[in-house]
Amino acid sequence: MAKNPKDLAVVESAPEHDYSAGLAVIAPDKIADPGIEPHRVRMTDKSVKHEKAAARQVAALFLVSILGSAFAIWAYYAFPFEAEVAGSLRLNTIFLGLGITLGLFGIGIGAVHWAKTLMPDAEVAEERHLTRGSEEVRAAAVEIIRLADEESGFSRRKLIRRTLYGALALFPIPAIVLFSDLGPNPKDSLRHTMWGKGKLRLTRDPDGTAIKASDVQIGSVFHVIPEGLVDLEAPDLLNEKAKAAVLLVRLDPSEITQKQRDWGYDGIVAYSKICTHVGCPVALYEQHTHHLLCPCHQSTFDLANDCAVVFGPASRPLPQLKIEVDAEGYLVAPGDFEEPVGPSFWERKA
Amino acid sequence: MANKNKKFSRRSPFAAALVLLAGLIVSGGSYVAASAAVSNAAPKSEVDQAQVDTGKRIFLANCASCHGKNAEGTQNAPSLIGVGSASVDFQVGTGRMPMQASGPQAEVKPVQFKQEDIDALAAYVASLAPGPESPTEEYLARKGDATKGGELFRINCAMCHNAVGAGGALTEGKYAPALRETSAKNIYQAMVTGPQNMPVFSNTNLSPEQKTDIITYLQYVQENPSIGGDELGNLGPVVEGLWVWLGMLGLIIVITIWLGAKSN
Repeated sequence: MAKNPKDLAVVESAPEHDYSAGLAVIAPDKIADPGIEPHRVRMTDKSVKHEKAAARQVAALFLVSILGSAFAIWAYYAFPFEAEVAGSLRLNTIFLGLGITLGLFGIGIGAVHWAKTLMPDAEVAEERHLTRGSEEVRAAAVEIIRLADEESGFSRRKLIRRTLYGALALFPIPAIVLFSDLGPNPKDSLRHTMWGKGKLRLTRDPDGTAIKASDVQIGSVFHVIPEGLVDLEAPDLLNEKAKAAVLLVRLDPSEITQKQRDWGYDGIVAYSKICTHVGCPVALYEQHTHHLLCPCHQSTFDLANDCAVVFGPASRPLPQLKIEVDAEGYLVAPGDFEEPVGPSFWERKA
Repeated sequence: MANKNKKFSRRSPFAAALVLLAGLIVSGGSYVAASAAVSNAAPKSEVDQAQVDTGKRIFLANCASCHGKNAEGTQNAPSLIGVGSASVDFQVGTGRMPMQASGPQAEVKPVQFKQEDIDALAAYVASLAPGPESPTEEYLARKGDATKGGELFRINCAMCHNAVGAGGALTEGKYAPALRETSAKNIYQAMVTGPQNMPVFSNTNLSPEQKTDIITYLQYVQENPSIGGDELGNLGPVVEGLWVWLGMLGLIIVITIWLGAKSN
């Protein structure tokens, strides 16, 4: 070392008004510096009575803290958490928390009150110094770096230097590789649902009982899952349900417009329950307006008009599931939705 | 009466009393007895023509201006043919009907009629065409499985009524009311009739047992206080967050001002 490191910390105090304004525009009529307020003497400095009162207040606050901590210990045993008693956890946490709060609060408020009322209140101004070091300090820093380079041979030993660069460059890569755990790539699973197996009956959520066309009255709504879904194990159960959930309603056939008569059965229509905006379950069905409302962002779909979007951020109608009635009178879906259900994704066409 | 007859054999000690009772009923009027025997399948009591006539008078005086003289409906109000006695008992018995003013939805308000007048109105509307009936006392007294009821409630009802029945908003000023104080009878009636914009949950959708489960769940929620302290309307994290912001942030600001203020 060329210089004692202690010297680096020695900084000259800044000369008066030796600041560069840089590019800042200095307004000529800027408000004059009002200076420091005149010093106001505290009551506790003026009278012994007030001083003693403040001292008592600080002690009282510390006493509150002591009592709070003791209360917390007592409350822990007085209100035990019993597994079978639901309200016991609430009492336990409330009183324990109250005690600990008073314990900490008393210390904090007491300490601040002490400092504000009783500790010396002489006002001290500490001037800032320049950020730039003095010439000697800067020269010393350069010398240290030069010396370190010379002693370690960093500039001289090319092999070591280049392999070190390589090691440092490669070091963060494993963290990026870890992101592949966010996969696997969904491939085409976003385009198909369980209904694609074909000829699956429409069944009630959650018990999986099949629905007959005659069960569905005008104005009623069924929350539907495909036949066989309830037999799946986790995680397939929820993965499949998240795509295949369907809402089934019966409308007055005279109210229905457009194509859906071909895909429904005598006013019974089935639509995907997954919102085309960000995939919330759209299930708030209004019987008389035949509107479906999504609870997340208020997208509203008109069931009587191909589930067209009548309000909200969704950009596409809900996909319709074609339904038929089998020989026994049960509702079945001959196949899958014709388009991917749910929100848009990168590879989805339109 | 017919139900009682089935339960007792002729050798039962109650047989004599029952025969006497049956005799009184027969002497009281053969028409009443006949209709009681026929009504074995349906819990509905016999049609009382006098009650229906009373109901029609009340209907013409209070309801016909909107629902039409024959309850056929007008531009202002739907037809009541086939809505059933359960619908009348629900709408009038909770004060929703007659409506105070036209609006997005009929609101709950003080009930306008005596129960016997509501029953007469219900009998009149039920006489127009068959429709859903109110549950029997016996049915309402049953207890179901609150766990199953909770699952059914979350699938079929919670999207509008909130997971613990706190209610919620719908479109254009309509809303799903809170169920925190709704009676078992009114919950059942609402499910079978689908009042206002609520869909119908008939017995082919939710069986009577499943309806009992749902009612039991709602009663459990009504009767058990929240473990977590004040519920703040049970409206979820937005409301809770707002209270934390207003309350805690205010407290922090007050403390900050005190810290910065010079002692007097």
